[in-house]
Amino acid sequence: MALSAEQSGRLARLLTEQADRLTERWTELVTASLRGRLSRAELAGQARELHRSIIDAGENGLTELADEHGGELRAVLAELSAGRARQGFSATETAISVYALKDALLELMEESQGTETLRDFVAFSALIDQMGLFTFESYVRTRESLIADQAEQLLELSTPVVKLWEGVVAVPLVGTLDSARAQVVMERLLQALVDTGSPYAIIDITGVPAVDTQVAQHILKTVVAARLMGAECIISGIRPQIAQTIVALGIEFGDIATKASLADALRHVLRLSGVETAVRRPRRES
Amino acid sequence: MERVPILKIGDILLVSIQVDMSDQTAMQLQEDLAERIVATGCHGVIIDITALDIVDSFVGRMLSTIASISKVLDAETVVVGMRPAVAITLVELGLSLSGIRTALNVERGMELIAAARADEWDEADGDEDAETTATA
Repeated sequence: MALSAEQSGRLARLLTEQADRLTERWTELVTASLRGRLSRAELAGQARELHRSIIDAGENGLTELADEHGGELRAVLAELSAGRARQGFSATETAISVYALKDALLELMEESQGTETLRDFVAFSALIDQMGLFTFESYVRTRESLIADQAEQLLELSTPVVKLWEGVVAVPLVGTLDSARAQVVMERLLQALVDTGSPYAIIDITGVPAVDTQVAQHILKTVVAARLMGAECIISGIRPQIAQTIVALGIEFGDIATKASLADALRHVLRLSGVETAVRRPRRES
Repeated sequence: MERVPILKIGDILLVSIQVDMSDQTAMQLQEDLAERIVATGCHGVIIDITALDIVDSFVGRMLSTIASISKVLDAETVVVGMRPAVAITLVELGLSLSGIRTALNVERGMELIAAARADEWDEADGDEDAETTATA
């Protein structure tokens, strides 16, 4: 049930007349629900701000939260719920901050015995419901953007390309390799090949917990793309169980060199590029 | 019509493709290159595709054809400077450009051709040695 312009005017009047009592009661209810995790002063500030914008919206003849007069009120609500989401409050705790207004309002309206009181209260609480839902939506949006940011950071963190030797780069893969990560790894590696002019790349899969056909497919694609650009890839760090899985699944690595450890792969590459390594007898302390 | 320039550096012909390839341009390039290989007696062809944003099956086929023509005229072909994005697209399309050698940049391409020539000479020397020992 939507609010009529007349009713929203009455709501604004009521809120203005009983301003102090209402915000006081409202703050009290919210403080109780959050069990002291936010200071009373801070909550009172938020309640006053929200109170102010409801009055403004009401005086402008707000009927629906979504219409043009609700702009400022929506902004205040969005800010409130974004703040709560970042501070780690649950969705219920966030929504209660708005719904507490309903209780506070009911206590006030029980005192006045007008004929329209019930009708008004139902309309007001419809508005408060809308506000609560809006708060919930903003809360979810903030949380989702937080998660997306973190996933992106994780992606950035987990795919370094390191230079092992002149003309040799390595990618130590850590964690599960899904399509998105495989794509990032591929792009990073190929770009590193171009930037450093390295003709050899080692893909180390020691940190990959499991290799299935899809992961193998991603690795193969990377190797083929590197070959197209004129660089050779070596796969290293294949653990015993993974070797067994690869064979059991019938994955063919074809003519791609695979080595058990990164050290073996580096030695292989150095031999290919004509670098000689020699063991020098350790000098004795005399 | 646009023409792709062919530069001679020592024993190598350098082709740098900087325009979008059309049928006409591709045909012209194949003709020009064959003539130049014969005229200069070069034994290596480097095709630089650094400037190409898109390599489709048409360009892929053109590269294969050029490599085959050069092979017949005893010249080694190396495609250099493929961009990461191009390589990824080719892999996604399933085009592997089989039979074409690739290198990261022109310098590496020249090294590759030099190495390939050296191998050939070694083989030829080995054959001669075998013959001389046989006759002796």
